Amino acid sequence: MSQIEITLNVNGQDRSVSVAPRMTLVDCLRDMLRMTGTHVGCEHGICGACSVMLDGEPIRSCLMFAVQAEGHEITTVEGLLQEDGSLSDLQDSFWECHALQCGYCTPGMLVASESLLNENPNPTADDIREAISGNLCRCTGYQQIVEAVQMTAKRRREGASHG
Amino acid sequence: MKAAAFDYVRASSVDEICRLLADAGDEERKIIAGGQTLVPLMAMRMARPDMLIDINDVTELAGIHDRGDYISFGAGTRQRALERSDIVSGRLPLLAKAVRNVGHIQTRNRGTIGGSIVHGDPSAEIPLAALALEAKMVLRDLSGETEVPIDGFFEAAMVTNIEPQQLLTEIRIPVWQGAHIGTGFHETASRQGDFAIVAVAAQVELGEDGTILRAVVSGGGAAPSPVKLHALEAALVGVSSDGVDALISLVDEAIDPDTDVHATAAYRQRVSRSLVSRAIADAIEEART
Repeated sequence: MSQIEITLNVNGQDRSVSVAPRMTLVDCLRDMLRMTGTHVGCEHGICGACSVMLDGEPIRSCLMFAVQAEGHEITTVEGLLQEDGSLSDLQDSFWECHALQCGYCTPGMLVASESLLNENPNPTADDIREAISGNLCRCTGYQQIVEAVQMTAKRRREGASHG
Repeated sequence: MKAAAFDYVRASSVDEICRLLADAGDEERKIIAGGQTLVPLMAMRMARPDMLIDINDVTELAGIHDRGDYISFGAGTRQRALERSDIVSGRLPLLAKAVRNVGHIQTRNRGTIGGSIVHGDPSAEIPLAALALEAKMVLRDLSGETEVPIDGFFEAAMVTNIEPQQLLTEIRIPVWQGAHIGTGFHETASRQGDFAIVAVAAQVELGEDGTILRAVVSGGGAAPSPVKLHALEAALVGVSSDGVDALISLVDEAIDPDTDVHATAAYRQRVSRSLVSRAIADAIEEART
């Protein structure tokens, strides 16, 4: 079937690409745009590894075709970095709290957590668990992930610069 | 886990969608809105449509409006919009309770009320609440519009009574007007947000003497499609809270549970009875306050 020319806005930049309609957004990001920060796990909407933001809201990029994303703003884990390319405070907290082991779920966890913090600067542990309930971590590091998000929220509220 | 090839059309109006559906010929043309049910089915090759008609740009298909007697939902309204809506929390508290159990934030941000209903997953929460509340669905094709009741719409697991050329445009959910109305929603799932093993929705209206004037109850996960517990609903009228448990065996008349990897039929039956009992108890309690 025919290819379709689309322009995707990813992390503030317009990227033109030619895709078959059946290509998912996550495959387009990884294989066409070579942005491999977003991971792809189950490919049918269970694991949450492929979470990205669409117009600021977290979604699963394996459950959306790339052609559907034209006209929307996509934010991937690469878009969470600071402007100078260093880790964000949330990523730093993940590091400090040992909130990752193998790292496979981490991009999705970061996107889900950042989305939560954008909406709720003072989440409870239950709020955080709800926000990451659609993201599976098979190293079972959930507790440290909750701690990392709490640490980030606290630091942001205190306005303390860290790094 | 990659979908089979298909043609893609981004539709800009309801008329265009209806025309594309009417002109399908031998092709299978499917509507895609949120894609949260359809895309997994396509990834697993359980669905392989020839064409996807994307309705996300058709703004008239999304929105929540209070029409007095009922709340109107555009079929393409996101589940997340339901979750955040003051109209839903204020006027349809049963739906508000149900939506909190639908999937995860990532899927609610894309998934739509209409998509959930037309797919008719036997354990989905939105069809369950809409069935309890006796929603009406507006189906459109080139010949015009039809309003159909939701009871009877769910044919079997993942099979609903919508013709290939029809588009679900709107869901109308009646608002109860009485003074003493309460709701209850209970669900058992492996983890929060997962597919329900069994889910139950109930709404009651009490009279001034505390007996039930009107009750609706529906169950999901306990039959090939969501079911309305008609016999129980009828028996509940005139009963006070301490008379409910004596009627619980009527649950068995409506359900038809199956055994699968998640639970046995016997377990589903027991859980259905318990959750119906709890949902009605919650509804009565809420109606009193």
